Amino acid sequence: MVSKKSCEMTKSAFKASNLSPQVSLSGITLDNPIIPASGTFGFGYEFADFYDINILGSIALKGTTKEGRYGNPLPRIAECTAGLINSVGLQNPGVEKVISEELPKLKKCFCKPAIANISGFCVDDYVYAAERLDKEEQIGLLEINISCPNVHGGGMSFGTDPKCAYAVTKAVKDVAKKPVYIKLTPNVTSIADIAKACADGGADGISLINTLLGMRIDLKSKRPVIANKAGGFSGRAIMPVAVRMVYEVYEAVKLPIIGMGGIASAEDVIEFMLAGATAVEVGAQNLVDPYACKDIIEALPAAMQKYGIKDLRDIIGGAHV
Amino acid sequence: MRRTVDFVVKENIPLTSNVYEMTLAGDTRFVTAAGQFVNVALDGLYLRRPISVCDVTDGVLTLIYKVVGKGTDAMSQKKSGDTLNILTGLGNGYDLSLAGDSPLLLGGGVGVPPLYLLAKKLAEQGKKVTVVLGFNTADEVFYEKEFSSLGADVRVTTMDGSYGTKGFVTDAVDGKFSHYYACGPLPMLKAVSKLDMSGSLSLEERMGCGFGACMGCSIMTKNGVKRVCKEGPVFDAAEVIW
Repeated sequence: MVSKKSCEMTKSAFKASNLSPQVSLSGITLDNPIIPASGTFGFGYEFADFYDINILGSIALKGTTKEGRYGNPLPRIAECTAGLINSVGLQNPGVEKVISEELPKLKKCFCKPAIANISGFCVDDYVYAAERLDKEEQIGLLEINISCPNVHGGGMSFGTDPKCAYAVTKAVKDVAKKPVYIKLTPNVTSIADIAKACADGGADGISLINTLLGMRIDLKSKRPVIANKAGGFSGRAIMPVAVRMVYEVYEAVKLPIIGMGGIASAEDVIEFMLAGATAVEVGAQNLVDPYACKDIIEALPAAMQKYGIKDLRDIIGGAHV
Repeated sequence: MRRTVDFVVKENIPLTSNVYEMTLAGDTRFVTAAGQFVNVALDGLYLRRPISVCDVTDGVLTLIYKVVGKGTDAMSQKKSGDTLNILTGLGNGYDLSLAGDSPLLLGGGVGVPPLYLLAKKLAEQGKKVTVVLGFNTADEVFYEKEFSSLGADVRVTTMDGSYGTKGFVTDAVDGKFSHYYACGPLPMLKAVSKLDMSGSLSLEERMGCGFGACMGCSIMTKNGVKRVCKEGPVFDAAEVIW
């Protein structure tokens, strides 16, 4: 059962207050800028047990690769102050099963265009998965992850070299009809240079940031907590880094940005938009509070009113002078 | 109706030097099976802490936990009247339909608590319940009387022989049983899985979310990849890869 009731209810709440939370990503209109981030929301339907997920702007689906992957050995999770390290390693059933098994389950509870998140180990892997998912009616936009810190020989290595970033972007753009957003890693010297390379390759937008490489060491065993030793650090603690990077990329390229990193409140959303984000993804917060996105969407009207914002589109990049 | 519920601590009492029994009042409607767990939010700690459900009656939740780190230490500091935000009703729980007439319940250490609600439900169905509770030493033993008062045949083992039968829980298993349910440390579960009958094992893994979103606790089974928090924590012993 696809329910549009919640979408309408949320819309009417905004209408009643005469506020416009809509934003647009490369021609796709989102009812609000809130998107759960890839890897923190499964394939969406898991969260339909908690609330009607049609209130979301969109959903960035679990990272998908050409072949199915079990991922990394356990433990994959380490707690940090105001965040966590994960080293899941792109566990997913592979693009064919995502299309034949996961997307139909999502379709039963989500009526909006979703964002496919794609990873690979060589350019051809990205192209293969992008070409398959691009044809799916449920997919509105492709988010190309060249930033996974948890797999060797791929992922982040594409996102740390402008030439590789350009090559992946161009190859995917050559086969995709839908908008292509490139998801960048913060583990670089100049994120603006990587963003420019993606823009040169024809990217329609930029997503940032993926996780920061981190490590915890267990004092009892005197060994890293994570089986893979290092992993990706995310959560509230990384937000200032992410805001700074969104700000830099906004100045470097004239492309829409999906900003993310530590978002946990409507105020955080506004801060990212002022830095230059058109929409935002909420990640780690979903794991500690499955209602995080719902609560943020419901808190947006009051936050907009508090800061004198009538139309969210008016504030995108507002912090730049 | 939200599944993140504010519970009020009624009691939080030590059962041994580092094992506590906490009873909480709140909305327990989402706890539907023995062997499920809840995820407890604690001030200043980013991730919730997964704790198995020991017992649930209308509006009262009982959790038994061992102090092993910051999270459980913070729990042990809670006083009557304090509030804890808890995500309830997680995991699959034990399948009662597998029990047969004479189920065997095997618990090791803090693997004992989830078997209590299971024993209670099986006893209510008129099953002949046998329980083996395994600990390291006599001063770690808890809940022997509680299981006995359910009408179960209770046996206790200790590793050092300071109480009950000396040895592993498997050393106290004799006779015919229809199905076993086990919860405890991995070496114990591995030994239990060699028993010559069908069984259900409750596994434990380090978790991120506790409800299937992060894939932090995925294990490979003979039936493919499964999340301990979502498809588990209870697995058919025959599908677990050691």
